[in-house]
Amino acid sequence: MEELSRTRVWVLRGLFLAFVLISWELSSGRLASEFFISRPTAIAAMFWDWVVSGKIFYHGAITLLEAVAGFLLGGLIGMIIGVWLGRAELVAEVLDPFIMMFYSLPKVALAPLFVLWFGIGIDMKILLTATIVFFLVFLNTYTGVRAVSREQIAILRLMGANERHVLFKVVLPSAVTWVFTGLRLSVPYALIGAIVGELIASNRGLGYLLADSAGQFDTTGVFTALIGIMIMAFCLNAAVKLLEIKAMPWRETNSKREMSI
Amino acid sequence: MRGREEDNMTDRDGSSDTTPLIEFRGVGKRFMVKGEPLQAVQDIDLKVREGEILTLVGPSGCGKSTLLNMAAGLFEATAGEVIYRGAPVQPYNHAVGYMTQSDHLLPWRDVAGNIAIPLEIKGLPKGEIDARVETLMETVGLSGFGRSYPNQLSGGMRKRCALARLLAYDPETLLMDEPFAALDAMLRMRMQIEIRTLCRQLGKTVMFVTHDLDEAVAIGDRCVVFTGRPGTIDRVVDVPLPPDRDILQLRKDRAYQEITATLWDVLAPAVAMEE
Repeated sequence: MEELSRTRVWVLRGLFLAFVLISWELSSGRLASEFFISRPTAIAAMFWDWVVSGKIFYHGAITLLEAVAGFLLGGLIGMIIGVWLGRAELVAEVLDPFIMMFYSLPKVALAPLFVLWFGIGIDMKILLTATIVFFLVFLNTYTGVRAVSREQIAILRLMGANERHVLFKVVLPSAVTWVFTGLRLSVPYALIGAIVGELIASNRGLGYLLADSAGQFDTTGVFTALIGIMIMAFCLNAAVKLLEIKAMPWRETNSKREMSI
Repeated sequence: MRGREEDNMTDRDGSSDTTPLIEFRGVGKRFMVKGEPLQAVQDIDLKVREGEILTLVGPSGCGKSTLLNMAAGLFEATAGEVIYRGAPVQPYNHAVGYMTQSDHLLPWRDVAGNIAIPLEIKGLPKGEIDARVETLMETVGLSGFGRSYPNQLSGGMRKRCALARLLAYDPETLLMDEPFAALDAMLRMRMQIEIRTLCRQLGKTVMFVTHDLDEAVAIGDRCVVFTGRPGTIDRVVDVPLPPDRDILQLRKDRAYQEITATLWDVLAPAVAMEE
């Protein structure tokens, strides 16, 4: 197949976006009430307002702090426990049903309990986010550590490797792929944790802006907050993707390789 | 073909007086497969002499690899014992190096990094590791590919990399389990030549498992023929070819033709029985 021309793809993307925005703008007030769907120009104006006044940055920074702190905390603990349980077979076997039970619980359902325990401050959102991220990263790390090739370990053992060598030269690097899958999956969930926490109880953050605008029947404000959240999610995803390429250079060469069957 | 006569004379007697490096004494191995016992090998008596290349040939599933695994101490025999240098083999026999059909290179390390692993385990300083890796890459013909990752290499180059890694920690015994099975015929022959040359040069003892009779004869000083399931040794033959044989020209060699023909008569019934 011929390689798609990049400029052509980008031009088509621009046209698609323009089509959506113009249709939205035109149908607003004609096909549907502006009260419910607002209009792109109004949203853009409000977004600009929020940028100029710094409102979006203030609230965005708080949400970002909650999401990133929760992400790091949950991710770190998830990795450590994942590696540990992946190596300690007995403990893993004993805990397995309990972990799965807890895993199947939608973590946002814990939010009310967390409010009781930790109040409505920023720590509640961080802990809620960390809990959600923990399970994703933990399960992926655990699977990754268990999926390590036993033959590769045996070959290193024959070379005289001790437990530490095996852990650092085979187990951890081989689990990295899985860990990153877990981390990348966690990014949107980290935002969910932070935003849900803010929706439930807060006076700061993008989730608060969202709830506050909705409370005042300000659809434009709701859409503007949503766009802020979208931009943040996009940036976080891109950051993890970059980190992934840095951490696993052999994977990049894999995708750049000529395909052959 | 000089030297064949003398060699043939000295090697004619199958049992040697010198103590063997590896000895299998009445070895049997039974696995549990889905709750059913499966006898992989039984009644194996075999002596591997120091410095020889011993090939093990037989139909697939006759337990040849099982013997290698036991020599490496990856698992124990269910009957009899495996002796290495006069002592029973302990888990993880560090005196042996293993090379299998799948090369088990670490995909996240480049060629130089893979070869460096055994040196890092030994705890050599960084500078010395780099120098040794460079020499090893030259030995196996991988110079200039140090920064390539395994998934960028061809099958033959991956084998060379695995071989360099094996040579890096310099085990006195090499256990090879169909290492060239996945290579095309030409490449396989080149690797056979290189393995024989290298092992003769470095004085390695080699146990080489293959299901390819031609390969077994071409590489081996002695050849163990397995039959049946559970695997038993049918016979051990001295390969009547000189140590410095020319593997490329073996097809035309009378002695080679005769021995492969004889051994084929032993193996053919087993081949016919499969399916």
